[in-house]
Amino acid sequence: MALRTRILKLSNLRCVTQQASRLRAMSTQSTQTSPKEGPATATEEMKPGQTHFGFQVVAEEEKTKKVHEVFETVAEKYDLMNDVMSMGIHRMWKDIFMCRLAPQPETKLLDMAGGTGDIAFRYIKYLQNLGPSQGTHSSVTVCDINQAMLDVGKQRAQKLGYTPESCGVEINWKCADAERLDLPDDSYTAYTIAFGIRNCTHIDKVLEEAYRVLTPGGRFMCLEFSQLPNDTLQWVYDQYSFQVIPVLGQLFAGQWKPYQYLVESIRQFPNQEKFKSMIEDAGFRQVTYENLTFGTCAIHSGFKI
Amino acid sequence: MRSSFRIIRCYTTAANSNNFAEEMKKHFIPTNSFQKAILTVGSAAISLLNPHRGDMIACLGEVTGESALIHMQQRISETQEGLEILKEKPRINSKTVSFDKLAEMPENTLGRVYADFMTENNITADSRLPVQFIEDPELAYVMQRYREVHDLVHATLFMRTTMLGEVTVKWVEGIQTTLPMCINGGIWGAGRLKPKHRQMYLKYYLPWAIKTGNNAKFMQGIYYEKRWDQDIDDFHREMNIVRLVKK
Ligand SMILES: C[S@@+](CC[C@H](N)C(=O)[O-])C[C@H]1O[C@@H](n2cnc3c(N)ncnc32)[C@H](O)[C@@H]1O
Repeated sequence: MALRTRILKLSNLRCVTQQASRLRAMSTQSTQTSPKEGPATATEEMKPGQTHFGFQVVAEEEKTKKVHEVFETVAEKYDLMNDVMSMGIHRMWKDIFMCRLAPQPETKLLDMAGGTGDIAFRYIKYLQNLGPSQGTHSSVTVCDINQAMLDVGKQRAQKLGYTPESCGVEINWKCADAERLDLPDDSYTAYTIAFGIRNCTHIDKVLEEAYRVLTPGGRFMCLEFSQLPNDTLQWVYDQYSFQVIPVLGQLFAGQWKPYQYLVESIRQFPNQEKFKSMIEDAGFRQVTYENLTFGTCAIHSGFKI
Repeated sequence: MRSSFRIIRCYTTAANSNNFAEEMKKHFIPTNSFQKAILTVGSAAISLLNPHRGDMIACLGEVTGESALIHMQQRISETQEGLEILKEKPRINSKTVSFDKLAEMPENTLGRVYADFMTENNITADSRLPVQFIEDPELAYVMQRYREVHDLVHATLFMRTTMLGEVTVKWVEGIQTTLPMCINGGIWGAGRLKPKHRQMYLKYYLPWAIKTGNNAKFMQGIYYEKRWDQDIDDFHREMNIVRLVKK
């Protein structure tokens, strides 16, 4: 209610020309963004060199490009939309994820597909709550394929006042592809990827690279949407995803298609058990997973031994 | 009068209707009635709260406009000129209309009036959103046409893009098109007028808008692109439009 009054007040302050321009917008109006690509078609058989982009089957190179476009267009609204679509629950999932990782002051973290920094900031908070670090050095490298997302992240870090001096953690921002990292072997003690692996074209390559850059004893952790074990719940969840989420995208971010892609890519991602065995195939040991909120999300964890 | 109804090829390239159907398909988003319902409520709320979200007003117009669009289609198809529009599906933007050439036309031609209006109010013909939620390509075109001739309606009625001008045009359009968005815009917009403008509005503009809306020929059914060289007074006579005079 308070928010509403404030917004109303604000809009009353706006000058009449703006009101006129709003009225005008009924007939003539531009948005900065143009809708992307044609409609999604139902799942088709894939040929070699093809992959899924949501429910569309596209050439592998094309997926990377399309995913890039999606996040380019949503970067500015990304954080708001996370809250709107998950009704704030994604914050809780990410908090739990960080608790499970339980970083220590000497942790050297690579946060892959780190986007706007949600995981990195939780990492810093977590370390701060442990108390002052005695001369140990912790760091986080936020890595994402999309500079637009990283830029939003950097701005947020600045706003939050996170500098190496103030928070005791070094933050690096790196624009790179999870499937091809120009990072040395055995260089991180932890690797996190939250809501990112689903967007990658070759999950196996991402896992291989994760394995490579981790030090022996290092831990891989992934937070990702998953499948609900219960059919009824899955049905309810599908209805929400397919009926409501793209509409919310249109209403709050002025875009339908990226959000349609989002829900389709969630449905397309392997289930908990399948993904677990993929992680094992990459060489990780002691692979486990934990369901969050009935299995809408899962945290997978594994060690390089 | 009919003599001025001439095709001026060099000023206008008629986009063919196939292009439109294809473009429509690219932008079209299928929605069911449940989704339309949330879109209606949501876009209404957001456009009231956030003046910068013109796309929400466009969205609201689409999801609430179906029966009005059918009515408009019907009225457009009542004249030969209108049928031609529906058949050829011309588009108005800086690619199809040469504003430079229009600006060089004699003072009192329709083309010049339009070009001057665009420059004076500092607007471009390229800022219209594509129709997204209307499935029938014919109705989608009617909505697109409505958006694209909106500036021409302004220009030919000599209404600026101030709040007062917008509200007045909305009334004319609302009466003619029956689009809920126009009618709401007319009512809602009037409430936001400054006191001085509100007086003028009630005394001159509103009565004039109601008269014009009822008497004038259907403004979405005019093939403006073929009338660029028509004398504006002649155009007004033909369309039953009487310019607003404040006594
Ligand atoms: C849904 S966001 C997640 C952001 C952040 N981790 C969070 O939880 O808020 C997914 C991110 O994955 C990134 N991404 C997609 N494909 C990638 C790839 N191949 N390599 C690295 N990042 C990728 C996107 O740019 C996007 O920022």
